[in-house]
Amino acid sequence: MQKLTQRELEKRREALVAARAADGKIRLLVCGGTGCHATGSIPVIEALKAEIEKNGLGDRYAVVETGCNGFCAMGPIMVVHPEGIFYQKLTAEDMPTVVAEHLIGGKPVEKLLYKNPVDKKRIPLQSDIPFFSHQMPRVLRNKGLIDPESIDDYIERDGYKGVAKALLEMRPAEIIEQMKISGLRGRGGAGFPAGMKWDFASRSVSDIKYVLCNADEGDPGAFMDRSILEADPHAVIEGMIIAARAIDARKGYVYARTEYPLAIRRLQIAIDQARELGLMGQNILDSGFDFELEIYQGAGAFVCGEETALMRSIEGRRGMPRPRPPFPAQKGLWEKPTILNNVETFANVAQIIVNGGQWYASVGTEKSKGTKVFAISGDVNNIGLVEVPMGASLRSIIFDVGGGVPDKKKFKAVQLGGPSGGCIPEAYLDTPVDYEEIAKVGAIMGSGGVIVMDEDTCMVDMARFFMDFIQDESCGKCTPCREGTRRFLQILEKICDGRGEPGDIESLEELSVIIKDTALCGLGQTAPNPVLSTLRYFRDEYNAHVYEKRCPAKRCVELLKFEIDPEACTGCGLCFRACPVEAIVWKKKEKARIDKEKCIKCLTCFNKCKFGAIN
Amino acid sequence: MRVCRKQTGVTGGLEFKPIGEANMKHLMRPHHPDIDETMWNRIDQIIETHRPRPGSVIAALRECQEVVGYLPVPLMDYIGRGMNLPPSDVYGVASFYSLFSMTPKGRHTVRVCMGTACYVKGIKEVMSRISNEYHIEEGGTTGDRRFSLEAVRCLGACGLAPVMVVDHDTHGDVKADGVLKVLERYE
Repeated sequence: MQKLTQRELEKRREALVAARAADGKIRLLVCGGTGCHATGSIPVIEALKAEIEKNGLGDRYAVVETGCNGFCAMGPIMVVHPEGIFYQKLTAEDMPTVVAEHLIGGKPVEKLLYKNPVDKKRIPLQSDIPFFSHQMPRVLRNKGLIDPESIDDYIERDGYKGVAKALLEMRPAEIIEQMKISGLRGRGGAGFPAGMKWDFASRSVSDIKYVLCNADEGDPGAFMDRSILEADPHAVIEGMIIAARAIDARKGYVYARTEYPLAIRRLQIAIDQARELGLMGQNILDSGFDFELEIYQGAGAFVCGEETALMRSIEGRRGMPRPRPPFPAQKGLWEKPTILNNVETFANVAQIIVNGGQWYASVGTEKSKGTKVFAISGDVNNIGLVEVPMGASLRSIIFDVGGGVPDKKKFKAVQLGGPSGGCIPEAYLDTPVDYEEIAKVGAIMGSGGVIVMDEDTCMVDMARFFMDFIQDESCGKCTPCREGTRRFLQILEKICDGRGEPGDIESLEELSVIIKDTALCGLGQTAPNPVLSTLRYFRDEYNAHVYEKRCPAKRCVELLKFEIDPEACTGCGLCFRACPVEAIVWKKKEKARIDKEKCIKCLTCFNKCKFGAIN
Repeated sequence: MRVCRKQTGVTGGLEFKPIGEANMKHLMRPHHPDIDETMWNRIDQIIETHRPRPGSVIAALRECQEVVGYLPVPLMDYIGRGMNLPPSDVYGVASFYSLFSMTPKGRHTVRVCMGTACYVKGIKEVMSRISNEYHIEEGGTTGDRRFSLEAVRCLGACGLAPVMVVDHDTHGDVKADGVLKVLERYE
């Protein structure tokens, strides 16, 4: 295909916009992210296409498989565009009804619309649903609107304008200047200003430099990067080309998790399409600038999210971090100057270049500018991907956007920042989203995983969970992390199993200080955070485990008796029917009893009992 | 342009010399019960593609594992010889990354997500239900090689939590009560 110049790119864009206006087709946007694929959006798309074909509506409607829409818990999702009607939890069998009643009859199908969990009313328009109306999509501006496998869909929505401007109208120093003005900070978690990082790398003298994108989204409970790559891969590519221009690099890698096959496939398609149009490869847009991009698949090591470890991994070695300095901006991949930014950081870049750093900085707090994408999950009504301006409160994210805690349970804590982060209790929910403010309350901004926990969550067990994760993922290079996290885990397991002794809590605190001060890389230095933050806010739970051998949230099975209170038992038999090992002795209209020989402590009966009769 | 050509080499001066197909044939293929002729041919192709690219041993191991199902030690040694790497390097990489397995897998791989969202929503009970029913530990394989049970780090499908992936099928919202019914379908 013809390689484009800047003028041809503009012409192509105008033609696409004109063609879209001329055909006047209503677009049926069905979510094709990993979440909706799993709940069955592919059969929905096939059934919808067949039904439209059958009714001869092909000239008025177009079915588009988009990337992740964001409202993952409601999948499969369809949005009728431009009307904005939002359908949820679709099945292939619903399609004839949708086509007959909505597309032909002109009336939205009531039972498939979103139901507000608060007042049980149906909300037809996507823009009226609280989950969407409180958001500010910038990074996610194209999510759910374009076909991620079509470069033309992206170009039509001002795609590659940033690359054209950066390559043909700006000098590298000007690009860096705009990045600095924007105040964009690394979205991977640490929050280092992107403009400064680029500045350092641009000053390093070398014939070879590299631009790397960190798509090794290892934090459990985080799926922002996956969704961005699945919904809008070109935005990330565009950001990387601009970064390459700024530091004068000719080669880039995207280090992606192998657990994200769909994201990898769509990114590869996007790279190939860009190359075909001359937006990648040699002499991009006839500017004389060359850039090549390659995907490098990781192999399942959490520590490879650390920058020096990631570079070792691309070099084909064990992904172990090394001490800094030298920083990667001087000596990175293959000992050459390298910049590494996260997926979300790169996805911001093109818009900063097109609209200017000032525009970007107009939103946010004093030290944290722009917007932040969060993945909300756990015990919350609206699970999914959200983008809010910096400075929004955690309370608004969890209760306005997230819709609060389901099943009338009480909110207990929110976990931010994955295994390096911490838990924040109710009292601090008005903390604004800001790197410094969040650090003050004992968590970190992190990459954007927000896990909401209700009253049934045991905080000691949560700390144990994260420590289990960290000690398993510790690369073993430095002793404080390798041995320290194991020791941490042993103590926490002891406490959860009811073998806690006086002095254990103090040992945890002492260990925390040592590991923090002496570990080699970020993984080890932040490893104590989950313990420290739970100790800070939920020390009474630790005390209950150690001194009273009691788990207040009733999650630590070794501390539970598994006895049925005859006073409370109504003899309904629910537990009897649920027990997988027939450990419950029950006859009709009689009170139940647990046979401890057979009981495997699986908690099924406990969760089933409606009368709280099981201890 | 001259600078550019240098750049696309990507090696930072660590160029590997291709030894050519003729040399490949001199590599003695070790005998292994789980690797047949077709698999060996495919393995040779993989080594051939990756040999000239420094840093590609991870990709080579991954692709070979897809062919054979796991990485027996003689295979890793063979890959090392083919790619001009000492066996210690190959073993070092294979033992570092959790993707690689050195023991044979079952017919179906059950991957249970141990991410935070799934944990909060009760994946621990799901896991213990599977362990109890099929008498397998995390990371183990049933005696009849029907299932391999793996605990994996967050699959990024937190919207569907708790999540279990059997082979290539993602099952969302799995409960301890219903999980055995799902697994029954995989023979």
